[in-house]
Amino acid sequence: MNFLRIAAVSKSFGANHVVKEFNLDIDKGEFISFLGPSGCGKTTVLRMVAGFETPSAGRIVLNGEDITALPSRQRNIGMVFQAYALFPNMNVFDNVAFGLKVAGQPKAEIAARVSEMLKLIHLEHLADRYPYQMSGGQQQRVALARALAPRPQVLLLDEPLSALDAKIRVSLREEIRHIQRQLGITTIFVTHDQEEALSISDRIVVMNGGRADQIGVPADIYNRPATRFVASFVGTLNMIEATVLDQSGTVKIGETVVSLPEPIVHRQQGETVSLALRPEAGSLTGDLRGDTALPGKVLSTHFLGSVIRTKLDVAGHQVSFDTFNGPETRLPAAGEPATLRFAARDLLVLQD
Amino acid sequence: MKKPFPFASALIALVSAAYFLIPLYATFQFSLQMVRGEWSLAAYRAVFASDTFIATITYSVVASLVAIMIGAAIVVPTIYWVRLKLPRLRPVIEFLSLLPLIIPPVVLVFGYIRLFGSSSYLPLTMSDQGTNFLLVMGYVVLALPYMFRSVDNGMAVIDIATLTEAAESLGASRLRTVATVIFPNVRSAIVSGAFLTFSISLGEFVLASLLNRPAFGPYLVQMGQDRAYEPAALAVMTFGLTWACMALMQYFANRKPGSRFVPRLPLSSAKGISP
Repeated sequence: MNFLRIAAVSKSFGANHVVKEFNLDIDKGEFISFLGPSGCGKTTVLRMVAGFETPSAGRIVLNGEDITALPSRQRNIGMVFQAYALFPNMNVFDNVAFGLKVAGQPKAEIAARVSEMLKLIHLEHLADRYPYQMSGGQQQRVALARALAPRPQVLLLDEPLSALDAKIRVSLREEIRHIQRQLGITTIFVTHDQEEALSISDRIVVMNGGRADQIGVPADIYNRPATRFVASFVGTLNMIEATVLDQSGTVKIGETVVSLPEPIVHRQQGETVSLALRPEAGSLTGDLRGDTALPGKVLSTHFLGSVIRTKLDVAGHQVSFDTFNGPETRLPAAGEPATLRFAARDLLVLQD
Repeated sequence: MKKPFPFASALIALVSAAYFLIPLYATFQFSLQMVRGEWSLAAYRAVFASDTFIATITYSVVASLVAIMIGAAIVVPTIYWVRLKLPRLRPVIEFLSLLPLIIPPVVLVFGYIRLFGSSSYLPLTMSDQGTNFLLVMGYVVLALPYMFRSVDNGMAVIDIATLTEAAESLGASRLRTVATVIFPNVRSAIVSGAFLTFSISLGEFVLASLLNRPAFGPYLVQMGQDRAYEPAALAVMTFGLTWACMALMQYFANRKPGSRFVPRLPLSSAKGISP
């Protein structure tokens, strides 16, 4: 049985439908990310799980108990906020001990648990510090320890890394994943950063307009995006329009006929279909990667250090491709003709 | 390159300071001249020797303290609730809190006397207790704009909504959240509001005089009419008290959590993580 079930949950604020018929089953110990642009409803779903918002419709079931109407303080769910939300009047020790004191645990047990939590986040030496005396990264680690101290059933992380600088963000996300694995705690992580979601999740829920567009493991989300939105939001994609020649999978891009690996079932002959190709799937050098070649014209070349990004005009579409930089690499200059090579199996057929 | 000395600004500051300080100094000097031909604190001694002074200042201090407590008990939960649940009502509440600045105390007190006078359904002015209560409530109203602003600013600095949610996710009830998280974080704001209330109500004249209460304000005015040197001494002392209130307000407003009135000894600061 699923540990946490979000069943047909909807939420409206007046006439504004923020979450529409959201369904998700989460297993015990799973690390799930809600990924999507701001305003897609991901934080609202998280807040409904936390008990800060009441669903307009649907049910939330945790460990067999319907918690839809349960106040947040009775849910035993830990939460980490984007703005840390440490209590400014308490030092690190008291912040982490707060949930344990509320639960009425004996002093000795509280001290032992707090010390265990501080060891977990490697901040034992800062127990006496106040929030204003610590860096953002340290504060967020304390917030994590505080949320974990009362042994919650589920840990919710609401964009916990957004306020931190890039380097701390990467190290802290690895730490969060490490701690989550160590404790085996069921976790929901909300983010708008696709790299974050791809790198630490067991599964990702890509949200758009209040709905889950796709739910899957990171590799599937990246390699086999189900919708045009998922394809464009996760990673960089080149969109190419093609005309269906027959439903077995033969299409025409410009004047070139390409055979797709899968049949096209949702389009009739003569209709247009959207194909997508990742920047890393194409090549402009003569290394003959793949079986398909499309003639094009170079629009511009950008040197990005380890990678060179070339913008091309292919059959009237502007596409961009990355080539690893090497001492021998020579790429065509702007205005020159170029041939884009790729494997037809790398083309993704997008459903709208 | 060194900046040139700002002569113009310094001159303006000096003239403005002189406008306040010279009369204050003149009053102070006059207060020392009670005994002819010598400087003495005789006027101050005379003030402190007066039973009426002790009685009226005690009365005003108690009335002010009660006003502070009632004011805080009304303002703090109101602002917390409005900021948390009814943010759209904030401009309305803010406007209401500013009304005492627009309505003169004399209008307020005549309104009270009409509403709670001998012929009303609630004749508060018919008993001492009732009139004392009216005076205290009048002080609460007069200090409302200052108390409101002070506490509202205090709550704006901390993100009460998120702190409340954080406390609730850790199992705390609303009451516990307010008592252990919200209140301690706005304590310095409440204290500054309290000092403002104190300095306003201590020397307040109109309400106390028209409600015929034995308060410090009417005593000050009476002394001004009857005596020469004592009022000057009283004025200087009142100034001193107000400034002390301001200094305390500044101190509490700038205090960081965890800091003590006196710095901790090194021994006790080496506290480990065990409680």
